[in-house]
Amino acid sequence: MARHDPRHSAASSDFSTGFKRAVIGLVFLAFAGYTLWIDAGPIGLKKTAVADPLAADGKLLYQKYNCQACHQIYGLGGYMGPDLTNEYSQPGKGPAYMSVFLKNGTDRMPNFHLAPHDVSALIAYLGSVDASGAYPANARTTWYGSIELRHPRQ
Amino acid sequence: MNSATRVNKVALAFILLSFASLLAGAFFGCVAALQFVYPAFARFLPFVSNRPLHVSLVLAWIFFSAIGGIYYYLPALSRGFWKTSQMQRVQLVVCVLTGLGILACYVLGIFGGREYWEYPPVFSLFIVAAWIVFGVNFFVSTGNVRGPWPAYVWMWATGIVFFLLSFSEANLWLIPAIRNDPVRDITVQWKAYGTLIGSWNMLVYGTALFLMDRISGNERLARSKSAFLLYLIGFVNLLFGWAHHIYIVPVNPWIRNVSYVVSMSEWILFFGIIYNWRRTVETARKHLWLYPYRFLMASDVWILLNIVLALLISIPAINLFTHGTHITVAHAMGSTIGINTMILLASCSYIVYEAAHGSAYVKPAKSELWGWVTLNASLLVFCVLLVVAGITKGSLVARAVPFDRTMAAIAPFMTLFAYSGIGIFAGLCLILAPLTRTLLQILATPEPEELSTLSS
Repeated sequence: MARHDPRHSAASSDFSTGFKRAVIGLVFLAFAGYTLWIDAGPIGLKKTAVADPLAADGKLLYQKYNCQACHQIYGLGGYMGPDLTNEYSQPGKGPAYMSVFLKNGTDRMPNFHLAPHDVSALIAYLGSVDASGAYPANARTTWYGSIELRHPRQ
Repeated sequence: MNSATRVNKVALAFILLSFASLLAGAFFGCVAALQFVYPAFARFLPFVSNRPLHVSLVLAWIFFSAIGGIYYYLPALSRGFWKTSQMQRVQLVVCVLTGLGILACYVLGIFGGREYWEYPPVFSLFIVAAWIVFGVNFFVSTGNVRGPWPAYVWMWATGIVFFLLSFSEANLWLIPAIRNDPVRDITVQWKAYGTLIGSWNMLVYGTALFLMDRISGNERLARSKSAFLLYLIGFVNLLFGWAHHIYIVPVNPWIRNVSYVVSMSEWILFFGIIYNWRRTVETARKHLWLYPYRFLMASDVWILLNIVLALLISIPAINLFTHGTHITVAHAMGSTIGINTMILLASCSYIVYEAAHGSAYVKPAKSELWGWVTLNASLLVFCVLLVVAGITKGSLVARAVPFDRTMAAIAPFMTLFAYSGIGIFAGLCLILAPLTRTLLQILATPEPEELSTLSS
């Protein structure tokens, strides 16, 4: 098997390795700033933080019962059940409609035998998701193939 | 078993573990697909358990086979490899125990985490611990690599470091300020997942480059400028190309546009490198390693098919239509099975053949070749059906058709999809059965000397 060329000078190798490390280091630094911005900066189109402790409980229950295996939020999750982003405000649906499914299940959805508090918490959480935006997105395409999102109530 | 060269049995144990994970993951995938079509099927293990079982086991296949490969290949690069063999055993034991704990939770319906990592979050600590041991093993060994690092060592190193960073970031939801803001929660989650996917791609692409070196006998490829450029483009994609997952989430537009620009580049270059490499492989060497070569060539074709899909769904205006449909799943399956699994099967078959027979030519068994054909043909049908189902769903969602009618419209495609998934499982069984048999024979053969003689 061919080996790395031993005639390759040590100085040249050092420069090459140093250059590579410098490039990677710069990219890494850019990424560190970018990460800090996304994790802690003002990234949303509007402020959407949840203040309601019931909704915060609901978020953890959503994970505890692995609702994401079947349902989507903003189109992300499993496809067995419907997307839940705006179920809370859908005409003809809303909290009462959702509580029937949560309490009884369907042929596709297990009955988790949820306590009344858990049903209320999950609905409150989905209400907070609903207030954060719309899916399918209310969007306008741009000339360069990107999209501009608008809040549904705008 | 080949007695001329020493074999790292911990590496082979990782590969054996990866085979078990892949077969079990494919099996649960078939059950989940059948439950999607027939909701009453196998009710004793509901879909909410099957889906994470499938996903976690397939991810375990990718990680264990990549780790096993790196441990197997390191002695060729490093003189200090033997120093870390004990820690490799520690990592193996932690991985097995953690994996069994996670699987037990899924079967018992105990969740608590996020999509793809649905287990109770305490298990993340053990995953991080095992990964740190892997990182120490790797960097202690590569400290002795001769000369400047080839591109695949850069790729492996990057994959190891960024898995740790992004896996930690994926657990930031444990902080209430992040999880209680729906938009930030989703954005941080998918940013971390994008980097996670990029990090395992680094492990897999590095393995592909190493194999190309070995099969072609041409080490210049992995030290060439184009290989390093591939690495750099992959690295930038790993860091900034994740946002196609959340184009439709209401975040500041610059996040979307940075990702749009970045994500157009990576795979074309990778395809170019494999294409050029194929032309340089001597016929004799190609036939010597015919079986791994076929897997690499299959990955070449899958890269080409996925380029088209990846480029399309990375354009926000198109993503608006494809997001939340089975087209996204087709892309994910094309990438993880068509590209990652083909490359990792090439690596595993190369390792098993070499560990058993050295560099002597061994004709692949007929079942292995039939397995290769069955796997690729079934995967093609599988992905085409997902794309068709995705187009159907996307057009119905755009017209605000109710969910139950949308599901009824895609049901015929999803039924055929479930059966093509069984074809993929059958292909994998045909491929892995003879490899597993050989692997077990090697592992059962006692070592005549201590592994530490590698250093002499």
